[in-house]
Amino acid sequence: MKLKDIAEILSLKPLTPAGGLEREVSGGYVGDLLSDVMANAGEGNIWITLQTHVNIVAVAVFKNLSAVVIVNGRMPDADTIDKAVSENIPLLLTGKSAFETAGKLYQILNAKGLQD
Amino acid sequence: MKAKIDRTYEGSFHIVGGDFSRAGEASTELKSILLNVGIDEDTVRRVAIATFEAEMNIMIYATAGILRYTISPDEIRVVAEDMGPGIEDIELAMQEGYSTAPDWVREMGWGAGMGLPNMKKNSDVFRIESVVGEGTTVEMTIRLKDC
Ligand SMILES: Nc1ncnc2c1ncn2[C@@H]1O[C@H](COP(=O)(O)OP(=O)(O)O)[C@@H](O)[C@H]1O
Ligand SMILES: [Mg+2]
Repeated sequence: MKLKDIAEILSLKPLTPAGGLEREVSGGYVGDLLSDVMANAGEGNIWITLQTHVNIVAVAVFKNLSAVVIVNGRMPDADTIDKAVSENIPLLLTGKSAFETAGKLYQILNAKGLQD
Repeated sequence: MKAKIDRTYEGSFHIVGGDFSRAGEASTELKSILLNVGIDEDTVRRVAIATFEAEMNIMIYATAGILRYTISPDEIRVVAEDMGPGIEDIELAMQEGYSTAPDWVREMGWGAGMGLPNMKKNSDVFRIESVVGEGTTVEMTIRLKDC
């Protein structure tokens, strides 16, 4: 499923150029511990987190994640946005919690999996 | 097919602590060097993750150090050396979940106590040596695979 479609259904607000939203999403991972995400997130996953620091972009690049979704209405630092743009990592915001966001994403991807 | 590395490439990066916004620069640079010489993506990912964790530990605990890499036809070796405080109990430090990271580091999402385990997991050979008051050296070897 495309990130663009997921962003629309979940009303995620992109902070990075729309071109990045064309990528495929393989699943999701939730976590605020960067080493845990580096150990356990899967390639192409959407990463749901409340971390906003610039280091999240490096983690997303090294793990080849499809996007980072920042929850609870938190706003990333300016250099996080700059880095995400330059490294071509989609960065999206939501006012919802990690629980709600992950629950909805799981539902969408599962329904999609049953159809395919 | 094995990546055709016809010679040995070597280089190093100086890591300076304090400014976390620059964390990951050395690992990012090493990643692009590896991709340029034709190393497969899976191997590059393992090296990048292991190196990033090593880079972070130097920044957090040692304030300064050096990261050396060697790319040879059979393997990639990364050595992270610092002149920080050293580690008193290496066995304890290697345990998943053990961390002495200060609160401000934890707030940024580091300090899960998974850095050294991540380095080990992503390496084929992992060695760590540390002397209290002198420093720590981590050596990681990743073999190039026949795919
Ligand atoms: N280069 C180093 N110099 C001094 N102490 C270190 C170094 N690397 C790791 N340590 C110690 O080992 C512990 C575990 O490290 P690690 O597994 O990377 O987890 P974390 O960095 O999340 O605490 C650290 O909290 C620290 O006490
Ligand atoms: Mg660490």
